[in-house]
This record gives sequence, C-alpha cells and structure tokens, in this order.
Amino acid sequence: MSLLERHRNIIDFALSSLGRRWKKNIALTLVYAFTVFTLASVIFFTEAVKREARAVLQGAPEIVVQRLMAGRHDLIPAVYIDTLKKITGVGQVKGRLWGYYYEPSTGANYTVVASGNPPLEPGTIAVGQGVSRTLHAAEGDLIPLKGADGAYVSFEVTRVFSHASELVSADLIEMPAGDLRAFFGIPEGFYTDLTLKVRNEKELVVVADKIRRLLPDTRPILRDEILRTYDSLFDWRSGLLLVIFAGAVAAFIIFAWDKATSLSMEERREMGVLKAVGWETSEVIAMKSWEGVIISLTAFFGGTLFAYVHVFFSSALLFEPVLKGWAVLYPRFQLVPHIDPYQVLALFFLTVVPYTVATVIPSWNAATVDPDSIMRL
Amino acid sequence: MPGRKSDIFFIVVALGAAAFGLMMAHAHHRNGNAGSGLKEKAMLVERLELTDLCLFSDARYARHPSMADLHSAFQDSPMAMEHFPSGTVILPPPHLRLR
Repeated sequence: MSLLERHRNIIDFALSSLGRRWKKNIALTLVYAFTVFTLASVIFFTEAVKREARAVLQGAPEIVVQRLMAGRHDLIPAVYIDTLKKITGVGQVKGRLWGYYYEPSTGANYTVVASGNPPLEPGTIAVGQGVSRTLHAAEGDLIPLKGADGAYVSFEVTRVFSHASELVSADLIEMPAGDLRAFFGIPEGFYTDLTLKVRNEKELVVVADKIRRLLPDTRPILRDEILRTYDSLFDWRSGLLLVIFAGAVAAFIIFAWDKATSLSMEERREMGVLKAVGWETSEVIAMKSWEGVIISLTAFFGGTLFAYVHVFFSSALLFEPVLKGWAVLYPRFQLVPHIDPYQVLALFFLTVVPYTVATVIPSWNAATVDPDSIMRL
Repeated sequence: MPGRKSDIFFIVVALGAAAFGLMMAHAHHRNGNAGSGLKEKAMLVERLELTDLCLFSDARYARHPSMADLHSAFQDSPMAMEHFPSGTVILPPPHLRLR
C-alpha cells in the first residue's frame, strides 16, 4: 500500500472519528476559528492603517515647531518665524492655525484648521463627512458654531470632503484664517504652531537641533517622527493588541491544556481497540495528528477569510466600539487591503502548529500504553 | 462525486487554498486601484498641512498622537487618571518615549 493511500485511509478514519463526537468538535472548531479571526483581524487592520498612514502622510510638514509652556502646548509668537528663517538650510517657515471645537448639541469634537491654498471666502467653511453626518449639514447649509466670546456665528458650508478622504478629513472643519482667529480668539501675532521646509532633507535633524538650542521653549517634530508614530501606534504593547494577544494566548493555553489532560475515556478506548486490531503506534499517532490538522486547518481558513471580509468589506465593524471610545464622531473608512504573506505564515505557525502538537503529545502517551490495560480502564 | 471522506477533506482544503488565492488577488487588485483615493488624501494632507489620521476623536492626544506631549493624558489635574478608552488602545509616539 502506497504512503498516500495509507494516509488517505487514516484520514477517512480520522474524519469518522471526529464525526462520532461532532458536537464537541464543531464547538471546538468555532471557538478556534473565532480566535484566529480575532488575531487575523487585528493583523490585517493594523498593517493596513500603517501602510495607509505611510502613503498619505508623506505630504505632512517636514518639521512642526510647537511651543510648550508649563508642560502644555501653547500658542507660538509670530516673531519666532524670523528666528527660524535665520537658521541655515531652512527654506520656508509658515504659521499654522488650528484647534478643537466641541459641539454641545451633538457632543462631537471637531478639528478646525485654517484654509489652505486656495483659501475659502470669509464666512464659509468646508467640512468632513463626519461633521456633515453629525450636524446633518450639506453643501449650501448654514451652520451656527459657538465662538470664544460665547456668541454663535453662522458659516455656510461650501464643500463636503469626499467619503474617500474620511480617514484624514472626517472631523475636519476648514475655515478661513481670519475667521478662525476671530472664532477661537487667537490674537494677531500668534499661531498654533509653525511648519518648516528645509532645503536639504538630510539636514532635518541638524535643523531640529538648532531649533532646540535657539528656542528652548519649543519642540520640533520631524515628518519622520510623525510617520514612525503610526508604525508603532499599534505596537504589540499597545492596549488593543496586548488584550487581544493575551486573550488568544489564553485561549490556546486552554485548548492545549484540554487536549493534554482530557483525552476522553472513549478516545483512549478507541486507541486501545485500534492497537488491539493491529494498528501500529505510529498509525494511531498519525490518525490523531490528522484530527488536529483537520480541525486547525478548517479554523485557520475560516477565521482568516472571515477576518479579511470583516476588515476590508465591513470597515472592521467589530472594532468600531473599541476605536470609537467616547467619541460621537467615527470615520467610516475603507482601508486598502494588504496581505503580507509572512504575517499569514506567522499566523499559521502560531495557530495550527501548537494545536496539532498539543493533540499529538497526549495521544503519544496513550498510544504507547499496552492496549489490554487501556481497554480494561 | 467524491466517494471517500478523505476526498471531501482534500476538496475542502483545495477550496480553502483557492479562497486564499482569491483573497490575495483581491488585495493586489484593490491596491492597484487605490492610487486615486490615496492621492486625494495625500493632497488634502499637503494642502491643509495635516499631521495625523482621524482614527479617534474623543481625546486630543488620540486625535493627533504625533502632536501630543508627555503630559497630554494627565492635563486635567495632577491627580487625573487617563480615562479615555482610546488612550488605552494606542501607544504614545516613539519620539516621546525615547526622550
């Protein structure tokens, strides 16, 4: 009998054996698939966010200079612009105006930014989809917003940013710089922070050092640091991943413990009968290994495929409550799918292999015992 | 028609592998077509000088993690514990942790 035919016979028997305990095995496969699904969803989601951040934030300012006062981010005087312009290698220095606006009627937080180029007309704003949804505002509508002096100011919505840009614009309100100053009460001669362009990118670190020395109450943030923020935001030590990985590890420990300690009497007797009718120890172990492979492969395929659909077709619906937190406004974004074969392979080895090994070890112990003594148990 | 249970197993494994192949192909296809959407977002980032993705909007240090400082999560008072769920989900940026 060829090796293939021999293993086909063993698989036939393994499937019949699994079928005899189908309720337990279906429950086991479902829990196992859910664990794989959770892990795969996190891996797909975080990797897609990181890649999207890397692609989209390439156009972020080369250096942002913030002023800190008493440990807090403070408005930065416009006179700092002249100081920064004198640093060798600095090409352009611009003041950036932005802030946060809490809308009491909806309970949502918005990010208000000064209009870019081309600037908006005074009295008009452009808003993100999230702002449009929470305020029920469309193009042409007037939105009353409460200014720093307590009075409501009406702005006309001239544009709603597209759905495609929600990942960066969902909570944005773009407002003309003059209106923003009046709205937040930011005095002339001050900005929220400053942005710099450096002629030679290789000099960014040197320029940042000079900024720290010339203006000790400021801190420069490089574009590279902004990009690295998103590379490490969902590091394994972050709360989300730690909780999910800890849950998955705990689930696998329970699986392995269950398999290692509770080989049922029925299963032990089955192995005794098989050995008594002439099966070799290696064939009994192969049969139990195939049982493990069948369950873990089914769970792996099912869990990973559902995770892909979950993250890239339903916008990671199950993660929404976690990511939303206390926020009223949540962006509805479609991430660009990216599958890293190494990550899928790692997931495979982290899930399928431990379970299969956990199946084989107790079977080895049971299969090496005299069949007569097992059947008499 | 498959006659043996092992045939069904091999068919299921083949279907699973095919579904994996389709998943990879779909990801590759979507990646290829994502250019215009990414470009639109990148243009907005450049035009408005944005620094962060809008993933969380409950706390300012979670809305703009790259602009946050070490004290952001505890600014309400010296004894205030970090209480926003999003603050527990993400890590502080590396340029703050390495200082």
